[in-house]
Amino acid sequence: MTAALALGDDALVLSHRLGEWAGHAPVLEEEVALANIALDLLGQARMLLSFVGDEDQLAYLREERAFRNVQLVEQPNGDFAHTIARQLYFSVHQHLLYEQLAAGESELADLAAKAVKEVAYHRDHAEQWVLRLGDGTAESHERMQQALDALWRFTGELSEPVEGLDVDQRSLRDSWLTAVSSVVERATLTLPSGPQSGAWTAGAGRQGVHTEPFGRMLAEMQHLHRSHPGASW
Amino acid sequence: MAAVTADQTTQRTAGTADPADAARTAAFDAAVAADDRIEPRDWMPDAYRATLIRQMAQHAHSEIIGMQPEANWITRAPSLRRKAILMAKVQDEAGHGLYLYSAAETLGTSREEMLDKLHAGRQRYSSIFNYPTLTWADVGAIGWLVDGAAITNQVPLCRCSYGPYARAMVRICKEESFHQRQGYELLLALSRGTPAQHEMAQDAVNRWWWPSLMMFGPPDDASAHSAQSMAWKIKRHSNDELRRRFVDICVPQAQALGLTLPDPDIRWNEELGQHDYGAIDWTEFQEVLKGNGPCNEQRLDQRRTAHEEGAWVREAAAAYADKHAARPGTAGTTAQPVEATA
Repeated sequence: MTAALALGDDALVLSHRLGEWAGHAPVLEEEVALANIALDLLGQARMLLSFVGDEDQLAYLREERAFRNVQLVEQPNGDFAHTIARQLYFSVHQHLLYEQLAAGESELADLAAKAVKEVAYHRDHAEQWVLRLGDGTAESHERMQQALDALWRFTGELSEPVEGLDVDQRSLRDSWLTAVSSVVERATLTLPSGPQSGAWTAGAGRQGVHTEPFGRMLAEMQHLHRSHPGASW
Repeated sequence: MAAVTADQTTQRTAGTADPADAARTAAFDAAVAADDRIEPRDWMPDAYRATLIRQMAQHAHSEIIGMQPEANWITRAPSLRRKAILMAKVQDEAGHGLYLYSAAETLGTSREEMLDKLHAGRQRYSSIFNYPTLTWADVGAIGWLVDGAAITNQVPLCRCSYGPYARAMVRICKEESFHQRQGYELLLALSRGTPAQHEMAQDAVNRWWWPSLMMFGPPDDASAHSAQSMAWKIKRHSNDELRRRFVDICVPQAQALGLTLPDPDIRWNEELGQHDYGAIDWTEFQEVLKGNGPCNEQRLDQRRTAHEEGAWVREAAAAYADKHAARPGTAGTTAQPVEATA
């Protein structure tokens, strides 16, 4: 597995999930914002997958067990709070990771330098919404807390080492926890206290072991492409 | 029609009561005649304002409802390049909706009010979006035909007498032309692809052609608002004139695509220098307008559901904004009395 494949799959799968929001967002400004983030991530995915091979072959012709994304990004959208919790956990991680990559000398440095500006915006968007929902109404506070709790067990995988990825895993983990705790606290919410991953989830996505909703997502994503073998679009 | 007449009566009555009103009306008429732009602070007849609100709200709603048939294919787009193009397009549509709601708000309505009316079925959106997207090729047919018809309709609106609407259309038309070319290119790829892809493209054009012609509205002799809108220079051309222009543009494009249009009566009329085309099924058009099209219920349901399920999010944002606007200290002072902001 190359690091580009892992990061490319993360971006591809999260982009797809965000694309499911189109036409369903709570307010028009969020139609624009969620589509914008989805589009940024899709752009990143295309560049990363192209490092590895043909982007469409990789996206459309691999089966579930060959995808290397973390399980967090494949989680269903749920309500808006779940989508925002997923965005917070992932975009803080991605931002810190890309900052490190951009400063390094790997083949991903240039790409990370370009993407880090987009990811900074995604992170800000997620943080602002965690604050609004956490410190908004009683209902939004409750929903935001539930979402943070529900997705917490998928966060451990974010700091599992990825082969070929030139980053300081420990500092990444520490900075992530500091950043997420700070937002959660400012939002008057509580940092979840459970384990960050069950024994069976640690690093599972990176090894091609996914959660059940993922296969269904791929079935929808790949159906048309697979129905016309060899066709170009 | 009745509403317009009633408004005009009110206008006339008000005019006789207040001599200043006659002067205002004269100034308005002169500005329209001189092709000047009417701006939000300018005086305007009540019926002009009402017509613009109706048309601009309907236009904004069409952008928002119009996201649905295309978004239906985002998760199934057959290549990452096409997926990116489609996502960008749907995002643009949300942006156009926002832009048009803002332009309509300059007339004294609000986005909330317009959305409430849409959800209650009291303001309309374009009939075209009540048709389903059944295959990937429909995304191309919408780009080529639906966006093509929209552009034919909207380019003259760039010279509309109401300034904010005209300016919105300049920006929107640029992006729409881009979408239209992308849709055409999508269909071209299918038409030149495998036999199955070609068939998919032809089937989509067969299903979208007539509904696209209906986008220009009823025939001139049955168009309730046309005469007044043309006099006010909100509209510049009649429905039938624009429809004919659209047919003339599409015929050679279909040939270049290697696809046929599903109308055996289309032929070049040497004498008139334009295409003749077959009769439109106005009964179907009326049924769709009445809410009996294939997707009317589904489209409105999805819109209402998104709005209702998003209520707690909007309430949270408002509550957060209130708290943080009212909280002393966030502005950098601790001495600020709470009453000052209440």
